[in-house]
Amino acid sequence: MRLLPRKLALNFMGRARHAMVLSGSLLVLSIGSLLFQGLNLGVDFEGGTLIEVGYPAPVELDEIRGQLEAAGFDRAVVQHFGSAQDVLVRIKPDDRPQSELSNQVLETLRGGSQELQLRRVEYVGPQVGEELRDDGGLAMLYALGLILIYVALRFEYRFSFGAVIALVHDVILTIGFFSLTQIEFDLTVLAAILAVIGYSLNDTIVVFDRIRENFRALRRQSSIEVLNVSINQTLSRTLMTSLTTLLVLFALFFFGGEVIHAFSIALIVGVIIGTYSSIYVAGSSLLVLGVSGQDLDTTPTEDADDRP
Amino acid sequence: MKANQYPWWKNLLVIGIPLIAALYAAPNLYPSDPSVQVSSSRVAIGEAERKQVEQILKLKGLGHDQVEQEGEESLLIRFADPEDQLKAADALRDALSDRFSVALHLAPATPGWLESLNAHPMNLGLDLRGGVHFLLEVDLDASISKAYTRHATDVRTLLREEEIRYRGVRVHGEEVHILARDAETLEQIEEVVKDNYFGTFDVTAGETEGQPSVIMRLTQTAHSDIRRNAISQNLITLRKRVNELGVAEPVIQQQGRTRIAVQLPGVQDTARAKEILGATATLEFRLVDEQSDPYLAAETGKVPLADELYYERDGNPVLLKRRVMLTGEHIIDASSGFDERGLPAVHITLDSDGARQFAKVTGENVKRLMGVVFIEQRSDTVVTDGETHRITRESREVINVARIQEQLSKRFQITGLDTSREARNLALLLRAGALATPMYIVEERTVGPSLGQQNIELGALSVLIGFLLVMVFMTLYYRLFGLVADLALIANLVLIVAAMSMIPGATLTLPGIAGIVLTVGMAVDANVLIFERIREELDNGNSPQASIQAGYSKALSTIADANITTLIAAIVLFAFGTGPIKGFAVTLSIGIVASMFTAIMGTRAIINRVYGTRRSPTLAV
Repeated sequence: MRLLPRKLALNFMGRARHAMVLSGSLLVLSIGSLLFQGLNLGVDFEGGTLIEVGYPAPVELDEIRGQLEAAGFDRAVVQHFGSAQDVLVRIKPDDRPQSELSNQVLETLRGGSQELQLRRVEYVGPQVGEELRDDGGLAMLYALGLILIYVALRFEYRFSFGAVIALVHDVILTIGFFSLTQIEFDLTVLAAILAVIGYSLNDTIVVFDRIRENFRALRRQSSIEVLNVSINQTLSRTLMTSLTTLLVLFALFFFGGEVIHAFSIALIVGVIIGTYSSIYVAGSSLLVLGVSGQDLDTTPTEDADDRP
Repeated sequence: MKANQYPWWKNLLVIGIPLIAALYAAPNLYPSDPSVQVSSSRVAIGEAERKQVEQILKLKGLGHDQVEQEGEESLLIRFADPEDQLKAADALRDALSDRFSVALHLAPATPGWLESLNAHPMNLGLDLRGGVHFLLEVDLDASISKAYTRHATDVRTLLREEEIRYRGVRVHGEEVHILARDAETLEQIEEVVKDNYFGTFDVTAGETEGQPSVIMRLTQTAHSDIRRNAISQNLITLRKRVNELGVAEPVIQQQGRTRIAVQLPGVQDTARAKEILGATATLEFRLVDEQSDPYLAAETGKVPLADELYYERDGNPVLLKRRVMLTGEHIIDASSGFDERGLPAVHITLDSDGARQFAKVTGENVKRLMGVVFIEQRSDTVVTDGETHRITRESREVINVARIQEQLSKRFQITGLDTSREARNLALLLRAGALATPMYIVEERTVGPSLGQQNIELGALSVLIGFLLVMVFMTLYYRLFGLVADLALIANLVLIVAAMSMIPGATLTLPGIAGIVLTVGMAVDANVLIFERIREELDNGNSPQASIQAGYSKALSTIADANITTLIAAIVLFAFGTGPIKGFAVTLSIGIVASMFTAIMGTRAIINRVYGTRRSPTLAV
């Protein structure tokens, strides 16, 4: 079975301009949304209290809101989580003793008409939230920095910039997606985005590897041609791997439970964007940066000798 | 045409490593039993205790497998279902004296032959087994300012002893100022203080509000000593308190410079845990004013000058003398038990200094009423107008009023407690002593047992489904080669589970399961790269054997590059992440490393077996 015909010669670089327009406008949209709307930061990053309780039968949210309001929790956000039996209560940090809020909320809810089961409590103090936010940002920068160095050592600095441009592109679009949809952004989503960095890089490296190999093998062809041939040769692999990864991610999305939902969404979006960027963005950025065969060590290697 | 053959030792590795891994992954197949652990750090547990435990359980009609001896100091009782486990734990707590701690536990049911190989199941994170995670901030500023206050008192005593006259000793932020009377005494003070506090304080002469003074500032080393001691003292106190809470396998460790992380698997009553971890309790013993009417004082607000108005737990007012007979600092041990009438009581032991003081005042006041004030301090965080503040609340309550029956000294008891649970709690707080430094909770994560179980089930289900989908897809797409990749994938999963079980301290969390799912997707990438390359080589008209050879060798550097970069991301994640995120990084890293072995060497060995020696096979790729 094959996804694509044997000899493929799609003109990817010919559509580089379209891709750039598409990526550009998506980037503008993402950054705009991040600036004006921001992220719907979860308890992890913003501090506050989150309580999830399970009821034996479906409950009305208004009833719970009433209960909480009567007990002075009038700013609590109450919503169903996964099913009508599960309820999530969220309280932003305020001038009450913070670490005891969860127990007070539970006590209030236990006074209601139905028995309930505590499923989960998350309380993050304001200063911890701030630190997690800083650490998260730092982690992303360090990951990008180290990868930049590794790729520069293995390839050439322009490849390294190309890879990082593709990565930054993927990260901004994925975070932008979370800003646009206002899906809650928590620690697991951050972990997912770091995994997206790893994944998308993986894709980009495979394409770059082939580009380098072809610069050595096809010395008489123009850079554009070399890029096109390389992308075509790796295309079925790129799509195959994305497909298998997406298969498991959808399994995670549908069967992994509510808690892991945002995580799997981040990865699904990230993998799709990462696949697109390793085909269009990484190559185009090499062109923009002006990579050509002369920039690489073109002395024939063993690999090249093996070719018939 | 050279044949594709692996040397024998490579074949051995490919067969041997997954087999050994399978052995060490096997304990995870056995579900763990809900169980109760009875242990004591103070007395050895033997046949007698075992009989006692069996009898208690028999009385309550609780079925259990058997009582197992674990080392010299603990017993393990396994149950068929968690409900019996909870009931049994309650029964045992009530019946056994508090020298024993009774903890809920999930005991692994690993068969003996596996255990003898040192094979254990994976550690499960709190999000999978249920429990509480607390992060406590140690208030180091408070311990520093306490040190200044303490030293200020010390300096006063020193100067009095040396018979040097001074105007006053004051604490100004992080400085102690000694106000001198004149230039001559200033020099004397400076000299004495320098001699006595060498190394602890930097001593300089200066001015305070226009007057000559000696200024003392803690040295850098003294400063960091105080900080270090505060943390380690709190760690010890927390360990002690957690021990007495009855938690199996708690984790208490320093995190960062000023924080302590506490993990209590299986704990559900978080209110009690918080009460015990976060509060600082002290006691004050005071005489009751029996001449005045406390109800009148409570109503009118007119309290006699020498008295203070307190309330008992049931709301009754009590008038206590201002003078404190004894403070809780002198208490060296407190244990709960029963008094002569069989009612709950707390037995208290004092240090010799306290015993002397107490003997004197109680001797003078036999037959009078004495009240015990329970003072609880709690620190917490509040946010007003976007600013974070720390607050300390103090609650004072009279927990007991009793007549002094005789002169009390080193050992005595407090009675009048409602339940034995209350007695236990009080004894626990007293025994742990006043905390060296206040702590407050800055993070809590609690996962209820039902959610934990659900997380395991959903996690396992999604791994299974993702796994099957990828396997089916690979077989359809690459036929025989796909099947070989599937075998590698199974081996990869076994290796991950084995590694997680074998690495000490590695913990499986829900994000960790997500990491496994993700590796399943990415592990086939290496095979996709190789197989696509083989197809390409075949399309270019190369012979099957050469195509296999070229496919593997050309894909190798690409696979290495791709995996190393992913590994970089995983390592950064590990370095910066906390708790569950670390779990994700760990499984991802292990998965990547394992996949290099299974997807490259493993598949090659099989492909070589199948096609390696044939002259011109038709490759099913």
